[in-house]
Amino acid sequence: MALTLDDVARIAHLARIEITDAEARRTLSQLNDIFALIAKMQAVDTSGVEPMAHPLGGAQRLRADEASETIDRDAALRNAPAQQDGLFLVPKVIE
Amino acid sequence: MSTSLARGWETVIGLETHAQLSTRSKIFSGASTAFGAPPNTQASVIDLALPGVLPVLNRGAVERAIRFGLAIGAKINPRSIFARKNYFYPDLPKNYQISQYEIPVVQGGTVHIRVGDAEKVVNLTRAHLEEDAGKSLHEDFHGMSGIDLNRAGTPLLEIVSEPELRSSAEAVAYAKTLHALVRWIGICDGNMQEGSFRCDANVSVRRIGDPKLGTRCEIKNLNSFRFLERAIEYEIARQIELIEDGGHVVQETRLYDPDRDETRPMRSKEDAQDYRYFPDPDLLPLEIQPAWIEEVKGSMPELPEAMRERFVAQYGLTAYDAATLTASREMADYFESMVAKLPQEPKLCANWLMGEVSARLNRDDVELDAAPVKPQALAALLARIADGTLSGKMAREVFDAMWAGEGEADAIIEARGLKQISDAGAIEKIIDEVLAANAKSVEEFRAGKEKAFNALVGQAMKATKGKANPAQVNEILKKKLASG
Repeated sequence: MALTLDDVARIAHLARIEITDAEARRTLSQLNDIFALIAKMQAVDTSGVEPMAHPLGGAQRLRADEASETIDRDAALRNAPAQQDGLFLVPKVIE
Repeated sequence: MSTSLARGWETVIGLETHAQLSTRSKIFSGASTAFGAPPNTQASVIDLALPGVLPVLNRGAVERAIRFGLAIGAKINPRSIFARKNYFYPDLPKNYQISQYEIPVVQGGTVHIRVGDAEKVVNLTRAHLEEDAGKSLHEDFHGMSGIDLNRAGTPLLEIVSEPELRSSAEAVAYAKTLHALVRWIGICDGNMQEGSFRCDANVSVRRIGDPKLGTRCEIKNLNSFRFLERAIEYEIARQIELIEDGGHVVQETRLYDPDRDETRPMRSKEDAQDYRYFPDPDLLPLEIQPAWIEEVKGSMPELPEAMRERFVAQYGLTAYDAATLTASREMADYFESMVAKLPQEPKLCANWLMGEVSARLNRDDVELDAAPVKPQALAALLARIADGTLSGKMAREVFDAMWAGEGEADAIIEARGLKQISDAGAIEKIIDEVLAANAKSVEEFRAGKEKAFNALVGQAMKATKGKANPAQVNEILKKKLASG
């Protein structure tokens, strides 16, 4: 399957990345190369092979349910462009 | 609902319920989950999504998911996978929510609901673990929004029903049953005001007999049973009217506005979400060994369904009483504590709990576990009805005094001289006096006037200041009048 320029524009929008037309064309050819690679892998017969969810084997380790971490709020807010009353401030969002 | 059915429409509803799990710490970090802390004081570096941090799964959250799965007879997947759900919103600092997509921790299961006299089994699709987002505050911060990330990373169990609910009443019954269940098994505090239990309703309509489902709308974030009912009712009427007027329903997310009692679209269609789920490379698959499931099974309380059946079989209660008493674990525990003290009178215990106690809880707006009269103390009072010391009326007086904190039943009975007269000889003597003093009533009764009997009972009760055992007065009076 080959992507189109519209697909690239949509993916960029979903990722909130602004790209120029020239970048979109370049990205399109790169993405199509990657899809070609994927197509090769998909041609391999994997019937009977359980899909992996992670390249490492093994299972997730679990943590005991204890409230053990606190933060220094002032330090956490220090990098924020805007803050007030202990809140991060962001451009107004209302849905 | 009845009107839409009459007009040839069927409603199809599925609910997605978010139950906040009652863990001490967050699902992927060690920050506290306590409610109401000052903003951004309970957000760890993981919840803030600082670069380079890694999530570590909370065993307590998984254990609660297992409890839920066992309670609804579902399959606990031996291996489930966490996925990233990608979207941009300021209260989601990672720009993705960690959730489960292809393989959830809990699959299938059923919930039994009751609407009126009808019982229905609702099938569940799945329940999966995920993290909550932070909170956006839209009050005026110089035209900006404030972000509090205390809630970010709070563990949620998203419980998804099959689209098998057919009316707002069924949807509410299902939500209430689920709400009672998650509290019963101790995995969620159920506090709807604080958002610990909230529902999204997927609603569509179709012509009766049409095998194809209609286009659905999702109404998000309903945090009360009343709003759930109102929102669904509005949405059903809106969709039917739209289609009958020749239009068609557009699949979209809507919000319910309780002030206007209506739903309206939340996002425009152009902005339709594409979450691009993929397995989270930061987390390995979650494996749950059978031994762990067995261990959790061993710690499960008796479930409401089983307890209801036992109450009918063991105590001879009606199905209605058993259902009322098992509506919450507090209620069931209170009842069983009473019966443990007064095993010969389960029905009396049930009646007092559902009647006198519930009425006072409502009146005073108090929860059962904060009731001023404990079950053992109430059982001691009821024992005085059972042994004939008190009439029902006198017991209510004593109960009011107990409720007001005046002490134990026996002390109040003693202090107020409330002992009922149950000595047959004493009652007989009083009745003889009453009969002698009320010859006219006696004559009237013998002439067939039933009311005269009640007048004589009244006189006997008056003569004893209400302390005579009414049943005995009735019985002895009847005997005397018949023989005299």
